[in-house]
Amino acid sequence: MSTSGRIPNWADVTLVPLFSVVLAFLLSAVLIWAIGESPWAALKLMVEGAFGSSYGWGYTLFYATNFIFTGLAVAVAFQARLFNIGGEGQALLGGLGVALVCLYIPWPHWSLALIAASLGAALFGAAWALIPGYLQARRGSHIVITTIMFNFIAASLLGYVLVNILRPRGSQDPASPRFPSETHLPTLHEMLAVVGIPFSRVPPVNISLLVAVGMCFAVWFLLWRTRLGYQIRAFGESEPAAEYAGISPARITIYVMLISGGLAGLMAVNSVMGEQQRLVLNAVEGAGFIGIAVALMGRNHPVGVFLAAILFGFLYQGGAELALWTSIPRELIVVIQALVILFTGALDNMVRIPIARAFALRRAR
Amino acid sequence: MDIATIVQVLESTLRLATPLLFACLAGLISERAGVFDIGLEGKMLAAAFMAAAIAFVSGNVWIGVAAAVGVSVVMALIHGVASITFRGNQLISGVAINFLAAGITVVIAQNWFRQGGRTPSLSGDARMQRIDLPFAEALRDVPVIGPIYHGILSGHGLLVYVGLLCVPLTWYMLYRTRFGLRLRAVGENPAAVDTAGVSVIGLRYGAVAICGVLCGLAGAYLSTGLSAGFVKDMTAGRGFIALAAMIFAKWRPWHALGAVLLFGLLEALANRFQNIDIFGLALPVQAMQALPYILTVVILAGFVGKAIPPRAGGSAYVKEH
Repeated sequence: MSTSGRIPNWADVTLVPLFSVVLAFLLSAVLIWAIGESPWAALKLMVEGAFGSSYGWGYTLFYATNFIFTGLAVAVAFQARLFNIGGEGQALLGGLGVALVCLYIPWPHWSLALIAASLGAALFGAAWALIPGYLQARRGSHIVITTIMFNFIAASLLGYVLVNILRPRGSQDPASPRFPSETHLPTLHEMLAVVGIPFSRVPPVNISLLVAVGMCFAVWFLLWRTRLGYQIRAFGESEPAAEYAGISPARITIYVMLISGGLAGLMAVNSVMGEQQRLVLNAVEGAGFIGIAVALMGRNHPVGVFLAAILFGFLYQGGAELALWTSIPRELIVVIQALVILFTGALDNMVRIPIARAFALRRAR
Repeated sequence: MDIATIVQVLESTLRLATPLLFACLAGLISERAGVFDIGLEGKMLAAAFMAAAIAFVSGNVWIGVAAAVGVSVVMALIHGVASITFRGNQLISGVAINFLAAGITVVIAQNWFRQGGRTPSLSGDARMQRIDLPFAEALRDVPVIGPIYHGILSGHGLLVYVGLLCVPLTWYMLYRTRFGLRLRAVGENPAAVDTAGVSVIGLRYGAVAICGVLCGLAGAYLSTGLSAGFVKDMTAGRGFIALAAMIFAKWRPWHALGAVLLFGLLEALANRFQNIDIFGLALPVQAMQALPYILTVVILAGFVGKAIPPRAGGSAYVKEH
């Protein structure tokens, strides 16, 4: 970066991700064109499908809620320069926490169930991140590898629990029983109906959206307004400097992984409690990995994560519409996601160099 | 368990271990040169698709294998450009490669064959034919040697034997050639290699390209040898098991063979039995599936012999001016 000149900070947080997304979209357009469809028609269909109705908005926001949680999880870890690739497994375990809370405790009201389920989800997610965190902090095991391994271990563990413990007698389906109706979370339709705003009743977007927005504030407050947050960022900037200033790397690593795992686990409140109302095998459906793209694009800042999560919510809902009306499969979204990760995370120097040149030219004039 | 069952399990162990072996050696060579690669899975998946698609269209499995190697090398070079030339984050680049393959294989498969993201079933010359080793039939009824030679070793696709051959070849290359010495040095101390006047970037690109070739063979065997066609996400985590095997083997070729055979055996057992009784303790199938990952974490944690990666792994080399 030092060789490519300096970019003003505002440009680094806005222009670089924007250029990356534009590049990702352009390449995807080429792919759509290559398989014989019209990129422009596809984009129109996606925008209409995701934003053209309250039905579309509802799904966009539902997916975005998942991605806010997993995006924040990855972002907090990135602030300490830890790459938590295990959001998928932590969210799976969070789902187990939600299911246990909802199934085995009789709740009089959804609000109490929401609080307890959130705690259960965060606790289980954090516990699943604690082991890789501890191993990194105390034994120096590379956190990327251990969190990948823990994703697979989580999938096996959940498979075992669902098939052998939670599955109702006589059922062939590896899934838990349905949660009691008292744990049903209010949907956006129900919440907006109170103030008289009509909203489609179909999409599963629910009160977890507000929890997610609350978490954006909480993470911002933690990182930029607390002592621990300062230590996390200092550790991320320079480990030796942080250690010299009396910050314990092991302590920060473990705390960060606990927070990150807890945030990833919270995703289950939206997907397991808010939508499926029971625990199934593939409850997370890759949202943990999308958190990586969301955090990279959002430059590890809660505001950026929120905006990037909305963009990916749009891609998911728009992609579903696209699969419904054209011959373009949903997996196109995975390609776009891959390109966003590639350009914002791995090829960011390639994107940065021309921008830096442009600024250098302007300064020279 | 009778002898026939044991022979069958070991025979499928060898088959299941082959894609792991190629991918494991691929990762080993790349990481020995200082380039982390968690994109083995993606390269294998893209190669599996290409092998099946081109083998189906051309009717010749070897044209398919060549195409698989081609696409895998292209993806390896993307990783190379990102992590060597632009000094990007190697881990993130690997993640991107995995998603790129997961998405683009289905999009293209749907566009070419319209069968919901799979290729048509391969048959005849489009599949990898089994090869009978010399005298396999004659030795069939000889005790001990017969079951091992005829039952386990003989009758696999050519790539199984190529894979086994790659183990000594990799060992020889790493420890007995000048290229191998430099390759290992560039993963430990790139500045020293640079001072000696050898191109760090050239060596690393070389390692990444070899990694691409081997991942291509891994994917090709998966879709044309192990199964008869490509289905969506057919690698199913094998790239990560290979990564686990590489760590388990502590980045050494002969140990890699042992690790992939162990993990292949676990898979073969999990495929064959739902539960395994070990001294009266019923081991569920999920435990068998999770075992490679658990073993790798234990090894990484250093409780049973610590796994230490090449020292310069994961960071790009910046020349001093």
